[in-house]
Amino acid sequence: MLTTRLIACLDVVEGNVTKARRFEDNIVVGDVETVVAGLYQQQIDEVIFYDILASAQNRRIDLETVERVASRVFIPLTVGGGIKSLEDMHLVLDAGAEKISMDSMAVKNPELITQGANEFGRQCIVVSMQVKRVVPTAAIPSGYEVAINGARVFTGMDAVEWARKAEAMGAGEIVVNSIDQDGTHQGYDLTITKAITDAVRVPVIASGGAGTVAHIAAAVQEADVSAAIVSSILYSPRMEKLTTVAELKAELAHDYGIHVRPIVAA
Amino acid sequence: MIGVISYQTGNARSVLRALAAIGAPARLVASPDDCDDIDRFVLPGVGAADVTMKSLEEAGWPDYLRARVVEGGAPFLGVCVGLQVLLDHSAEGDVDGLGWLSGEVREFPSSELRVPQMGWNSVDVKSTHPLLAGVPSDSYFYFVNSYFATVGDDDLLATTEYGAPFAAVIGRDNIMATQFHVEKSGPAGLAVLTNFVNFGKAA
Repeated sequence: MLTTRLIACLDVVEGNVTKARRFEDNIVVGDVETVVAGLYQQQIDEVIFYDILASAQNRRIDLETVERVASRVFIPLTVGGGIKSLEDMHLVLDAGAEKISMDSMAVKNPELITQGANEFGRQCIVVSMQVKRVVPTAAIPSGYEVAINGARVFTGMDAVEWARKAEAMGAGEIVVNSIDQDGTHQGYDLTITKAITDAVRVPVIASGGAGTVAHIAAAVQEADVSAAIVSSILYSPRMEKLTTVAELKAELAHDYGIHVRPIVAA
Repeated sequence: MIGVISYQTGNARSVLRALAAIGAPARLVASPDDCDDIDRFVLPGVGAADVTMKSLEEAGWPDYLRARVVEGGAPFLGVCVGLQVLLDHSAEGDVDGLGWLSGEVREFPSSELRVPQMGWNSVDVKSTHPLLAGVPSDSYFYFVNSYFATVGDDDLLATTEYGAPFAAVIGRDNIMATQFHVEKSGPAGLAVLTNFVNFGKAA
């Protein structure tokens, strides 16, 4: 049976993993190779690696770091940040990524989704979206607006509509990242996450806000996500107490009956 | 020396890195002219079956590999799309495969399932083929696929269920293939890759 995935999403700045709160105030957690190797040892199911300044600094993603990570970790690696062309995608995949994640660039140039899906297959293209609660309007009926550029620029686009369009253009997976909940440890935004899992047939990943196992279980059981991104809970210096992947999985399995990949004894 | 077949959209480098991690001598091979020292082959795969077949044909691989693998007995491992193109036909782009093993590739019904299947799923081992030596049923591997294969019982080494059972591992003697990504399935995947590297070597 296909299991629910726990994914660590790493915001990388100059070779270090950082942790933000509501997309601001990034603090350094540790160097990316050490953090990823530790998570691999803990048997995390998947890793997403975001070069969060590549886009803003208008430079190519840090391929050397991707390659160093990919040489040590033999689980799926999704890489995003600053991907502007098919050529960028080739370079990132060659460096060891399985999947490309696009966020702001997908909004600015949706054709990139289709180009990537045609070249590498839909399964390779992840569209990650930053969403923020707003007062519903005719243009934004879901009451969630899509933002770009690190939650700094609002697009006027409805989040559910954008998810449908991204799927139609070739996205193989959609990450719903709540700006309101990011780094708060207060739980995922289940309303928009559920609206999007209902609207598309590709796998959806909940992101932003997990602070407890109950939050992850709610995203799976109430919002029907295929995977949950956990960050703070595993490594944020802002958390009073960190949790291991094994602890998360044990609770998800035993307390909530959620099917996860079992931890294998070393 | 293991040759990892490199073509336009494959993830050959990921497989190469995994082989390096288990200490197996391997290098990328871009064409049949480049294979003098190669004694076993890996065909990695991401992307579509029709695109993959076209890339292989353009580089002249089908005839060469048939001679080396099907007739010559060189150990061969197909991964993901590298499994699907071994069969007779794929619905993905309505394309004929290499036809080394008999079987069909069809699409998961997205009316019932989220497609692609993406994530860790368990296998049910059906055979004592050496590729799966030491791999218990209920081991988990990483799958990413929108299309799935069905083959005859004789070539079916392990199944996985997504909606219905499909071929997770197939093989006949020196021809082996996994639908899951051995190179991305953690220690379990590296164990299968190690079995491939050791296939046919004296214990």
